[in-house]
Amino acid sequence: MASQYFKMNLQVVKETIYSADFRKSLEEANQPSWLKNLRENAFSYFAENGFPMPKNEDWKYTNVAAIGKESFEFGAGTINAPELKKFTYGESAQSQLVFVDGKLNLEFSNVSALPENVSVETFEEAFKEEKLAEIIKSNLAKSVNYDFNGFTALNTAFIGEGALLFIPKDVRIETPIHLLYVSTGSKASFPRLLIVAENFCEATIIESYARTSETKYLTNSVVEIMLADEAKLKHFRVQRESHEAFHIGTTAAQIRRGTIYDATSINLGGAISRHDINVKFNAEGGECFVDGLYMLSGAQHHDTHSVIDHKLPNCLSHQTYKGVLNDKSRGVFNGKVFVRENASGTDAQQSNKNLLLSNDARVDTKPQLEIFNDDVKCAHGATVGQLEEEELFYLRSRGLSEKLARNLLTYGFAEEIINKIEIESIKTELDEAVLNRLNVNLGI
Amino acid sequence: MLLEIKDLHAGIEGREILKGLTMNVNQGEVHAIMGPNGSGKSTLAKVLAGHPTYEVISGEVIYEGKDLFELDPDERARAGVFLAFQYPVEIPGVSNSQFLRLAYNEKMKHLGEEELDPLEFNDLLKERAKIVEMDSSFFKRSVNEGFSGGEKKRNEILQMAVLQPKLAVLDETDSGLDIDALRIVAEGVNKLRNPDKAIILVTHYQRLLNYIEPDFVHVLADGKIVKQGGKELALELEEKGYDWVKAVGS
Repeated sequence: MASQYFKMNLQVVKETIYSADFRKSLEEANQPSWLKNLRENAFSYFAENGFPMPKNEDWKYTNVAAIGKESFEFGAGTINAPELKKFTYGESAQSQLVFVDGKLNLEFSNVSALPENVSVETFEEAFKEEKLAEIIKSNLAKSVNYDFNGFTALNTAFIGEGALLFIPKDVRIETPIHLLYVSTGSKASFPRLLIVAENFCEATIIESYARTSETKYLTNSVVEIMLADEAKLKHFRVQRESHEAFHIGTTAAQIRRGTIYDATSINLGGAISRHDINVKFNAEGGECFVDGLYMLSGAQHHDTHSVIDHKLPNCLSHQTYKGVLNDKSRGVFNGKVFVRENASGTDAQQSNKNLLLSNDARVDTKPQLEIFNDDVKCAHGATVGQLEEEELFYLRSRGLSEKLARNLLTYGFAEEIINKIEIESIKTELDEAVLNRLNVNLGI
Repeated sequence: MLLEIKDLHAGIEGREILKGLTMNVNQGEVHAIMGPNGSGKSTLAKVLAGHPTYEVISGEVIYEGKDLFELDPDERARAGVFLAFQYPVEIPGVSNSQFLRLAYNEKMKHLGEEELDPLEFNDLLKERAKIVEMDSSFFKRSVNEGFSGGEKKRNEILQMAVLQPKLAVLDETDSGLDIDALRIVAEGVNKLRNPDKAIILVTHYQRLLNYIEPDFVHVLADGKIVKQGGKELALELEEKGYDWVKAVGS
């Protein structure tokens, strides 16, 4: 016990490759002391614990040792308008914030299409307004604490240009709001987003990750979402990092009575990528849809971990994740759904379907449903397999070559998730990305 | 001659189902293949289309002067063989128009003719869809997904209308159809009848033949043709039942 006591009081923080940049960032930040304290605590945690190790059950199949060995640069690179255009969506041309290597780019950000009482801005801007400062203080790091893991700790330590999206009561926003994170070189960036939506509001957000070059970099993001009664949020997350890059992202949502949180996550990029998505029900009668697709090739590795916690009665959670794995790629799906003793009337559905296109591809899937109440409607399942013979024959009998038939069926398999995205230019982009990978020309 | 089937023996999983079937089909002809359940009707349809789980044991099928079994299923399709499925397969995530355009263009490529872009193809599709009274809301829907039994069968005939096969094999296209759907499907097939094309109708019941008049009727029992005749044979069969031909066959 003595050593434990000593350890807890040890104020010395281990030097890491991130130390110097962390101190510099902390000194330069114009932030309230509570936030600086939070950041310091988070950095101490990271310095002490580092990145998670495979011996940690949640990281058993995703070895991030390679990330720990890299020393990334800090600071924003440059991007020009034609380059940027590839990553923006016409539907949100006047409702977008663009972050380049984690720093807000004012030139390309434009939120003029949004109602005046909606706030989409950096924390630094938001702190200037008392009400917004209070909203940040009472919500930041409340859905994901810094000690969730080494990555959330490091992200929290580097909360600099975080962004706040605040939607006041009764505001319904038609225009999708796009938060675009572009990486330009061999940098580390730590996107942080806090979404607070009050009663009865409605919005659609796009959170996308893109790159200008095929380099090795780190994106380590945390998005916290706090939805009040009857709020409806559609959340499209599109991850198209470089195939050399590391992407570790966490989404944590807390929802309430009558809330509908509808998340769709598309994972196409990254050498090693991981997405944690966790939803908590804070009142009866909330609904969430947590769907996603990972499409991997080469030696890509993707891991989706999700936790949906039904603590209260009459909530609904539906989850559909699909994986398409080619070459030597590797996928991991781990979905935990808890239905606690109190949670009568729960409707929880979970499915994970994987299509292996090569003998060397591999997926580890573990859907877990833990139910402690009898009055519930729950189902879960996972499949790993190849295309159906009967479907292949049907297409071939119409004159499609075996290869084309296989690719078209694979496209159809992925489309079930992509079709959820109602924003036409994202859907087109993803269709093209999927078809390109499969070498199918549908003339879209 | 378009199709010659000579002493065909075929089966599935080591079980012989067709036990020496011989028949000829000329361009412009409509042949009905009738027979009780298990007589081998659907096996014949699937063997002609090249279904991978059916095996040919012996005999030959000559299509346009060439050995049909030398061709893969997709090569047969591009060469003009079409099977309308008894149970059309659902293809989630792929829209009817995407699928049909791909199939159409594969065929055009094979023929060395011009492929169509989505807009051009849409015009063609709209035109052909009239044949089976389908409206354009079906084009954007996933292939057969959530279609009723009748809609699936109409969709098969739509595919036939788009692909314009030389030899269409309709496998129990009438099964599971109510009287209105049967009429639409049958009228669709009649519109596609022409002197260059042949149709093989595989059916258990005579009622389809009230709508689509065959030139020849072949009655199949235990893997062999046991009776052949004109359209009047179907009526006789309806009256006397399959026991009659089974008795003839044995």
